[in-house]
Amino acid sequence: MIYQDSKTLLEVRGLRATVNGIEILKGLDFTVKSGEVHAIMGPNGSGKSTFAKVLAGHTAYEVTGGSVLFEGKNLFELAPEERARAGVFLAFQYPIEIPGVANSQFLRLTYNTVQAQRGKEELDPLEFDDFVREKMKLLEMSHDFLDRSVNEGFSGGEKKRNEILQMALLEPRLAILDETDSGLDIDALRIVSQGVNQLASKDNAIVLVTHYQRLLNYIVPDFVHVMEAGRIIKTGGKDLALELETRGYDWVAADYQAASETRVAQEVA
Amino acid sequence: MSSVTAIRRPSVAYLETLLAGQPQLSGSPSAWINALRAEAASRLDVLALPTLRDEEWRFTDISQLARLSFSPALNRTHLEAADIAHFHIEEASTRLVFVDGVHVPQLSSTAPAASNSGVVVSNLPTALATHAAAIKAHLGRLAAFRDNVFAARNTAVLQDAAVILVPRNVALAAPVHLLFIATQKDVVSTPRCLVVAETGSAATVIEDYVVLHEPRWQEEAHFTNAVTEIALEDNARVNHIRIQREGAHAFHIANCAVSLGRSSNYQSVSVALGAQISRYNLDALLAEGAECAVDGLALIAANQLADTHTSIDHAEPHGVSRQLHKCIAGGSAHAVFNGKVMVRQGAQHSNSVQSNRNLLLSARAQVDTKPQLEIFADDVKCTHGATVGQLDLEEVFYLKSRGLSDGAARSLLTYAFAAEIINRIPVASLKHQLQRQVLAQTGSQP
Repeated sequence: MIYQDSKTLLEVRGLRATVNGIEILKGLDFTVKSGEVHAIMGPNGSGKSTFAKVLAGHTAYEVTGGSVLFEGKNLFELAPEERARAGVFLAFQYPIEIPGVANSQFLRLTYNTVQAQRGKEELDPLEFDDFVREKMKLLEMSHDFLDRSVNEGFSGGEKKRNEILQMALLEPRLAILDETDSGLDIDALRIVSQGVNQLASKDNAIVLVTHYQRLLNYIVPDFVHVMEAGRIIKTGGKDLALELETRGYDWVAADYQAASETRVAQEVA
Repeated sequence: MSSVTAIRRPSVAYLETLLAGQPQLSGSPSAWINALRAEAASRLDVLALPTLRDEEWRFTDISQLARLSFSPALNRTHLEAADIAHFHIEEASTRLVFVDGVHVPQLSSTAPAASNSGVVVSNLPTALATHAAAIKAHLGRLAAFRDNVFAARNTAVLQDAAVILVPRNVALAAPVHLLFIATQKDVVSTPRCLVVAETGSAATVIEDYVVLHEPRWQEEAHFTNAVTEIALEDNARVNHIRIQREGAHAFHIANCAVSLGRSSNYQSVSVALGAQISRYNLDALLAEGAECAVDGLALIAANQLADTHTSIDHAEPHGVSRQLHKCIAGGSAHAVFNGKVMVRQGAQHSNSVQSNRNLLLSARAQVDTKPQLEIFADDVKCTHGATVGQLDLEEVFYLKSRGLSDGAARSLLTYAFAAEIINRIPVASLKHQLQRQVLAQTGSQP
């Protein structure tokens, strides 16, 4: 939701990044204020997931230009774990499995690590159990999720619910959900979306990276951005998603192309 | 292998020192044991210490062993119950304790439950008094020493052993803990275990090699040369857990031979954490319809070497074997796995799955793996495979994105890799103890 007095959480200016020497992000601008929900849409290969991973600090991506300020601080000075502790959260498109480590053990370890770094109280196993069970209700997760190994043998929907559970525990200021809706059936989509909506507040912000307009029926965005070839080429309200659903992406790219040609022509003139 | 070792001159200094170190070795009251020893001793005249030229030892250099001198413990280390309390395993009401290879009845505990049902858990001389026939049928019969210098050496000086006899259709409710404690440097000990599970019986046996105090110098080494024999009669079931957590400068060489009767079931988990150089040979021979699971973990660092050789022999039809062996090597450690699965002619409908997974934590660590399948039957289902890898960077990133430091993320993933084996140990307190030990060893502190 857009609030009048909200603070800027994330300010991306002219961001460029490469993977294996190939430039994927080519001068991206993007601003998020607290309380807002943003959706980033765009065709395959447009750089959406790369953008999400660069924000979280994945080392496979090299930042070659531009700046990112998170709550006024240079994000690139922080290691991935420091970003997490500072309040950046990435829900993975493909969460990893850790056979041999109980989910409860993993969740408590990450929770306590982040709590300690934020100067807050850590929880012992019993206290944590009560705490996490409350959060699990949000996502209609059964208790046996805690005893199973992290994501091992989880269905696609269960893995995504486990991601949002981590978001609920770590209470990020900025949550980036990378294709959290991909591969979910309607029930799972409804549950995950309800969870996200309950976690959204005036103090945090959510960035949804998605292919499908369907998700936006459940989590209503304040802004919809279209990404193409490593840039955001159009920004609109939630109706833009519906238009993209019916018309596809080509017209946006064509408009953008025409607009930049006009701009160049004007500059020449 | 035998043709190679047999013609070589004996490695005089080493073997003679070992044999000369037994001046007080007295004859056994059982003539057949004396004969067994003599037979083994005669093999020592022709066998030599293996070198890298022997196929079975090509990755494991034990030449250091020949340069050091060891002798059996001349002085007894006196231990109080409290000194070893931290080694106790809660569930195990029965415990046999050997200190530097010598049985210590005062530290052992043979629970009353064992005496009722005809179950025997005791050392060899005591067990021989009442169960000579059962012991004679198996002792020295399963672990072949003809071409194995270490098994021969153990058998040549055979004096005592941990003996477990489980009568027909008796199921031991609690695990039996066989605890071998090393307390002195320069000592060679020759632990020996015999487990006989009669038809339809069931038992859980924990073979546990520990060190009382971690020695400070490499010169303060000891040498454990162990032999274990396990006979499962028809339909018997044995869980065998083997933990090798000796001192970081120890030499540990062990042979274990398991014979599986018809439709019997042998489940084993072996864990190697200690020793400078360790070698574990496990040979399982399966009769018709027998089933075994042979899982293992070697978690080593610094300049440790852990070598596991297993042989699973499907001698008859309808046998099932499953094996998951994992090695984690850090520092400049060296892990070796050689796993042979043999399906004999006529052993139709054998089913075997073997997997060896290795994790290298540093650029200097090394793994040599050699899974082998030898199939002489035409209607079988067998798969095997080996992988060697490092920690997955995507996995490390995932954990870091949840706030864990790089070190904590790597430790957790290393722990998880090991935990898959540790979690298969069916004794809860031992499992938890090892989980903590592995966690400490992988340094998992955020």
